[in-house]
Amino acid sequence: MNVLLDHLTEFREGFIGTVLLTLASGLLAMVLGVIIAGFRVSPVPPLRLFGTAWVTLFRNTPLTLLFLVAWFVIPVIFVPGLSPWTKALLALGFYTSAFVCEAIRSGINTVPVGQAEAARSIGMTFTQTLRLIVLPQATRTVIPPLSSIFIALTKNSAIAGAFSVTELFGVQKLLSDQGFAIAWIFLWVALGYLVITFSISGFFRLVERRLGVAR
Amino acid sequence: MSSSVLYDAPGPRARLRNRLYTVVGSLAVVGLIVFVVYRMDAKGQLEPEVWDIFNNAGVRANIRDGLLTTLKVFAVAGVLSLVLGLLLAIARVSEHKPVRWFATTFIEVFRAVPLLITIYALWVLFLTYKNDLGAIGDNTGFWGLVIGLTVYNGSVQAEVFRAGINAVPRGQVEAAYALGLRKYQVMTTLLLPQAVRSMLPTMISQLVVTLKDTSLGYIITYTELLFATRTMANNIIVNGENPFTAVTIVVGAIYIAMCLALSSLATWIERRGRRAKTGVAVAAAAEPAEQPGVLDVAEGPLGPVDGDTTDRPGK
Repeated sequence: MNVLLDHLTEFREGFIGTVLLTLASGLLAMVLGVIIAGFRVSPVPPLRLFGTAWVTLFRNTPLTLLFLVAWFVIPVIFVPGLSPWTKALLALGFYTSAFVCEAIRSGINTVPVGQAEAARSIGMTFTQTLRLIVLPQATRTVIPPLSSIFIALTKNSAIAGAFSVTELFGVQKLLSDQGFAIAWIFLWVALGYLVITFSISGFFRLVERRLGVAR
Repeated sequence: MSSSVLYDAPGPRARLRNRLYTVVGSLAVVGLIVFVVYRMDAKGQLEPEVWDIFNNAGVRANIRDGLLTTLKVFAVAGVLSLVLGLLLAIARVSEHKPVRWFATTFIEVFRAVPLLITIYALWVLFLTYKNDLGAIGDNTGFWGLVIGLTVYNGSVQAEVFRAGINAVPRGQVEAAYALGLRKYQVMTTLLLPQAVRSMLPTMISQLVVTLKDTSLGYIITYTELLFATRTMANNIIVNGENPFTAVTIVVGAIYIAMCLALSSLATWIERRGRRAKTGVAVAAAAEPAEQPGVLDVAEGPLGPVDGDTTDRPGK
């Protein structure tokens, strides 16, 4: 108990750090994921190939390895002088984008082909079909898997703490190095993560209810 | 082509346009690859000396040892997590409330906490009580990693097992009881075999996650593949630099190869399972799944799990 009260500043900063990192890398993952999903369902073979390669690569690489790439390879080959926070953002965002892409792609695939065919046969243009028929249905299917992905992202962001980015795992490491009882620190840090993941699943459940329709 | 919901079979104009996009797209992809190779070359990462280190027997032995350690952790943690998952799943469908509650709490807690946090806490704990722990005392890193992986993946596997058990039609259980089978007989001869059979692809996909997560050992300085090779690269200097890039590319390729091999096994089993007509659907191998999230129990691998909502919090 005392660990929490005496080190409230560290815990608060760690908590905010985790939230910010999750939000930022979640945003990056969404943007990249949507683009790559667009590639993967496009009629252009090289782009499809690129999308497949992207997903295979990032889904089968351990996140720790991506962190190492961000820390030791990116600065050497591409841009030197990125802050640790930016590097963590890149590693988490690129890794998660592969999962977002797959969620979106399978969401689009669950819309029966017949619906789009029906839309075209009553004279809807491509944009109308997409906007009125395909996307609204795809969005609803995608919400539950996206919720799981963002919860996993929150948990994965713990690795950033090991690479000296201020967030909750960093707090655990710092305080246990100072010799506090690990069980208590574990409890408080775990509670911190629980608060965030609960908020995410609550938020998505709300969105799901809002968008929910009978099919 | 016309099998996509997004676009129709292309006509002459669309075919022309697609061909144009193909050319532009190819150029963009090739351009990206050329750019990466150019940058690597400009920074001296393609010099023959850099790649020559892999001809060194010591370097190769180092990678091999790291790989073996990783596989050892994966094997022990994989088996233990399956065993723990089985036990937890059985406990979760138990008729005794305390047993059910214990299993539910265990599963929810360890699924919700980031694995790294668990592993680190275990590691510190083991280091602190090193002298009292006997067998574990000498291998704190190994056991911290293995036990962490086991409790986390065991909790996920338990939910997979449970979804499989729930997927077995009720009538079969009723029929079994009507024939006079005992509870453990129903479980061992009827529910578990079918659950395992239908969930095998998902279970293997979860093993891919376990394999990937062994790399968390890097953070508790346990000498698995990642840590071993990184330490090695720290000690080698080629052309005035550490060959981090070359080593990372090689290690990355090894990880990807291992994970792909395992997930294609899952896909193969899934395809085989589809052929059999048992009445219990075989789950998709699809993801090296990012695990279903906290309390999102209902979204089991077979979609929402019917029935048994009694002990599910937050619903």
